[in-house]
Amino acid sequence: MTNQVKAPHIVKAFSEELEQLSADVAAMGGLAESLVSDALEAAATRDGDLAADVVARDVQVDAMQRDIEKKIIRLLALRHPIAQDLRVCIAALKIVTDLERVGDLAKSIARRVPTLNDSEPTAFAASVDRMGKLVLSHLHEVLDAYATGETARAVAVWERDDDVDEHYNALFRELVRAMGNDPSMIGPGAHLLFIAKNLERIGDHATNVAEVIHYLVTGRELASERPRGPRPELSS
Amino acid sequence: MAHDTHPAPSTVYHPAPAGMDIKVAARDLSVRYSGELALDRVRIDMPDRAVTACIGPSGCGKSTFLRCINRMNDTIDTARVTGSISIDGEEINDRSIDPVLLRARVGMVFQKPNPFPKTIFENVAYGPRIHGLAANKDELAGIVETSLTKAGLWKEVADRLHQPGTSLSGGQQQRLVIARAIAVNPEVILMDEPCSALDPIATARIEELIDELRENYALIIVTHSMAQAARVSQMTAFFHLGALVEYGPTEEIFTNPRDQRTQDYITGRFG
Repeated sequence: MTNQVKAPHIVKAFSEELEQLSADVAAMGGLAESLVSDALEAAATRDGDLAADVVARDVQVDAMQRDIEKKIIRLLALRHPIAQDLRVCIAALKIVTDLERVGDLAKSIARRVPTLNDSEPTAFAASVDRMGKLVLSHLHEVLDAYATGETARAVAVWERDDDVDEHYNALFRELVRAMGNDPSMIGPGAHLLFIAKNLERIGDHATNVAEVIHYLVTGRELASERPRGPRPELSS
Repeated sequence: MAHDTHPAPSTVYHPAPAGMDIKVAARDLSVRYSGELALDRVRIDMPDRAVTACIGPSGCGKSTFLRCINRMNDTIDTARVTGSISIDGEEINDRSIDPVLLRARVGMVFQKPNPFPKTIFENVAYGPRIHGLAANKDELAGIVETSLTKAGLWKEVADRLHQPGTSLSGGQQQRLVIARAIAVNPEVILMDEPCSALDPIATARIEELIDELRENYALIIVTHSMAQAARVSQMTAFFHLGALVEYGPTEEIFTNPRDQRTQDYITGRFG
């Protein structure tokens, strides 16, 4: 599944446990990604059943996190991993925390779908969907980078998170203006704002995962804090 | 010389900690046993008042290297040591240096505790007496008490100083041997697998002792336990097939080794 663990360990069971750990994290990533994808699909197609399904499936993400954490604790206690093996364990521990949050945020998006379906579709839904597709592509890319150990791909996502922030800022301003002009927009507008905020947070978690992959592969922290644009909700 | 026909082994050196005070330095240090190369042109600077761990698979040259520092290889007829090894900049791989005096400056502790077949007191008093470090009996008794205290053994043996050293437990014997080494005011203490014959509690006591001793001495320890190297040392040197492969701060070697052989060895992947 991954190329992070190169030569096999003399103790085969140790190698197998590390490989299984990486495979479990990748599987959890796949599930979290599918929740985001389905939550967006449910919002775009106004599909209440799919939204309910996303809410139900978040439980699996939480269960996977607990299961993986248990395996990591066991590995740390029994195998005393060091160097790259330690990084595999620590990276997994950090990544599952981010993925669990991604699942929660997808669930939060899905929960807004029935309410949005009660009001007329707005032109902004398409814009939120575009932002969602962008975030989803970032998440997909970092999860691929994790599976293949390609730190360059992870760093590329880390550098591209500005796109998500810009998308969010533009959407925020447009929605606030639309709600000011038309009181009937306030209901759906508020929900769309929260969805956009959730997507922006998912983008942040994707960059966190990218940072962890860089550490996992190189053993070094990414050099500097990623530059962040102004926060519109603080300035307006 | 045979090794001159092939290039010197390359070593990965991590940056030394800022302000590192060098105690023991080796340059181009090679050892042959009956012509067979056991250590190949080692260059290393080891710090004072710190613990340097030498790790590597059996036969990698780490013990051979350790034995250069107190000229123990002199006792092996077939051994030939070339190159330079210095303490505080003074060349010690030189016929003009008396190995007996050198071994007072460079103490050594072995894998199996080797107390003399004498009393606890005599084990510690022997060195100071032959080196004339005590003017009278009271001074000698003082050195014995101080040394046993520094070795963390005094409380356990104060009321039985005249029992045989061999009557102590393995861990106590190892601390007795350390007290014996300390008694002659060494500058460097070499330890060759000092805990491999001890249980985890005795091992922890020795490791705690090593940590205390580094306030006053340069310690160089050979160990097969990666965990022990990680726990007790500030610098780690990885040897393989007679070459120094990688050397740097322990934290770096154990979290981010640069050479694949180091990585494979410390993580248990060596074929």
